[in-house]
Amino acid sequence: MLTDGAGRLAKGPALLMILGAAFAVSVVSVTSGAYPLSIAEILGVLVGDLDDEVARLVLFDVRLPRLVLGFLVGAVLAVSGAILQGLFRNPLADPGLIGVSAGASLAAIAVIVLGDTWLGGWLDLAGVWALPIAAFIGGSGTVFLAWRIARRAGQTSVATLLLAGIAINAIAGAGTGLLTFYSSDEELRSLTFWTMGSLGHAAWDDVAMAAPWLLLSLCAAPFLARPLDAFLLGEQVVGHLGYNTDWTKRAAILIAGLGVGAAVAVSGLIGFVGLVVPHLVRQTLGAGHRIVLPASALAGGTLLVGADCLARVVVEPAELPIGLMMALIGGPFFLLLLLRTRIV
Amino acid sequence: MLLHVDGLGVHLSGKPIVSDLGFQLDAGELLVVLGPNGAGKSTLLKGLAGEHKIGAGQVMFAGQALKNWSNRDLAKRRAVMPQRVEVSFPLTVEEIVRLGRPPEPLSQSAPVLSELMELLDITHLRHRLAPGLSGGEQQRVQLARVLAQVWDTEGPVLLLLDECTSALDPAHQQQVFSLLRRLARQRGFAVLAVAHDLNLAARFADRLMLLHHGQCYISGEPSEVLTEHVLAEVYGLSARILELEEGYPLVIPRDDAWASTYAKSSPSGFAPVNPSCRQAS
Repeated sequence: MLTDGAGRLAKGPALLMILGAAFAVSVVSVTSGAYPLSIAEILGVLVGDLDDEVARLVLFDVRLPRLVLGFLVGAVLAVSGAILQGLFRNPLADPGLIGVSAGASLAAIAVIVLGDTWLGGWLDLAGVWALPIAAFIGGSGTVFLAWRIARRAGQTSVATLLLAGIAINAIAGAGTGLLTFYSSDEELRSLTFWTMGSLGHAAWDDVAMAAPWLLLSLCAAPFLARPLDAFLLGEQVVGHLGYNTDWTKRAAILIAGLGVGAAVAVSGLIGFVGLVVPHLVRQTLGAGHRIVLPASALAGGTLLVGADCLARVVVEPAELPIGLMMALIGGPFFLLLLLRTRIV
Repeated sequence: MLLHVDGLGVHLSGKPIVSDLGFQLDAGELLVVLGPNGAGKSTLLKGLAGEHKIGAGQVMFAGQALKNWSNRDLAKRRAVMPQRVEVSFPLTVEEIVRLGRPPEPLSQSAPVLSELMELLDITHLRHRLAPGLSGGEQQRVQLARVLAQVWDTEGPVLLLLDECTSALDPAHQQQVFSLLRRLARQRGFAVLAVAHDLNLAARFADRLMLLHHGQCYISGEPSEVLTEHVLAEVYGLSARILELEEGYPLVIPRDDAWASTYAKSSPSGFAPVNPSCRQAS
């Protein structure tokens, strides 16, 4: 593999490699599961040669929406992680660590549990969009809160930010616990889905609901690449280089909140993607956001779809929640990274 | 007049740090701002750089009030080097210098980047990651980045540099200040540099401005500003001044034992305390 003077991989071949991996996990994802499909069967269904109603149903209504959703959610989580890390100039600013995911999931759980009592009006108002919008508001609200708390006299204090994140996580966790305490058995089932994360229920409805927000967040992110590069040199330098600092910060927080909110709305809490993926991309391809953002999107989607495949096969015919799977893979992997390289 | 500052006041959390400051800077001039710690040098620079809000007075840049400039236009005409820039992400030296360039293909910025890295003696570091560099190397990288921003701007540009040589060894200090002076002379850059090294300032600056308690204490040519009583008054520094035949002063600090007598005698002894800038002519 070609490397440049800083020991990095050449960008073109590396992106092609990630694309190849994305394709490979996609194939594995559509073929494997409780009802295995062979590649010949899939091609047959796609071309229209094979007249197998079950295969068609499994492929179009189960595997494909799950693949699409998994890829989008993974991409958005990784990109949001990269954006927040750039904004806060800290490689540890994972959406989970600063409380965004917890906020989004608390809002979603509140809608599940209180939807037929206190929040009935909200359900009537927002209809099928009640959950994702609530998760979105919860997500962006917590980023904004953490950011406001960490900001003193024009400076964003990273230490305060992480501490604020811990506090916000604790508060959201307490709220979630309280709601769990008051929930019925049926609601409890849905709650578990939120806290452990899952793509198991993915259907085209979910895709239709979340995809616009996820795609919006993914498409808007590259516009932040240059100002985010400037952020790596410090907040004041952003203004010196001619960018609007405040506008950039607000846009970054909105994009990350929007993306993570929508992702949590359809898949629950999935950690580590936003932390591990941008970190790996920076180590291998460099820290410039024009490469970090697209490469993180591709690699994040690939990683989540891959983890989803694993989650489906390890305890067949049952499924592990993908949030658990990611924590199982991501935790030790991250520890390994910590041992091998210095983070900052 | 490229930069015209009149009655400038900058407040930080309600406290006036710079007040009633007026000075002018023309294209082709190298002005070094001196002053003790906390005199308001960095605050002045940040006020001019747009980081701090200007509380009072007026700043005109190229004939237009500074606040009426758009960020983007200003970035082409004014480059700023903060006192400290910490890079904690794995960016290479070349990538950091390139951050100063506007969006353009690499082939277009490559000649500028090479030229600047050569001028600042960081070519050999171009593929190194910034977090692993020494303080002086990082400072040269940042200066290259700052210069890259305005390198091919048509017309006069303003450089605001906050202690841009504080971590450099003497040879690189000399190299950087010669470069700044050359840029002022040959390309009409207006340079406002905050510095602490009196002799370096005296050797390279066209004009010195000495800040004291947020106001201009005295400004003028090096030999007019760097006098024994001014240094005692402003810094509490007791030093001998040698007037070199090249035409600039050399400041030699005295042994500490003398300091106490100076500190005592100075307030009454020489007290040209004048709230507005004393223009030595």
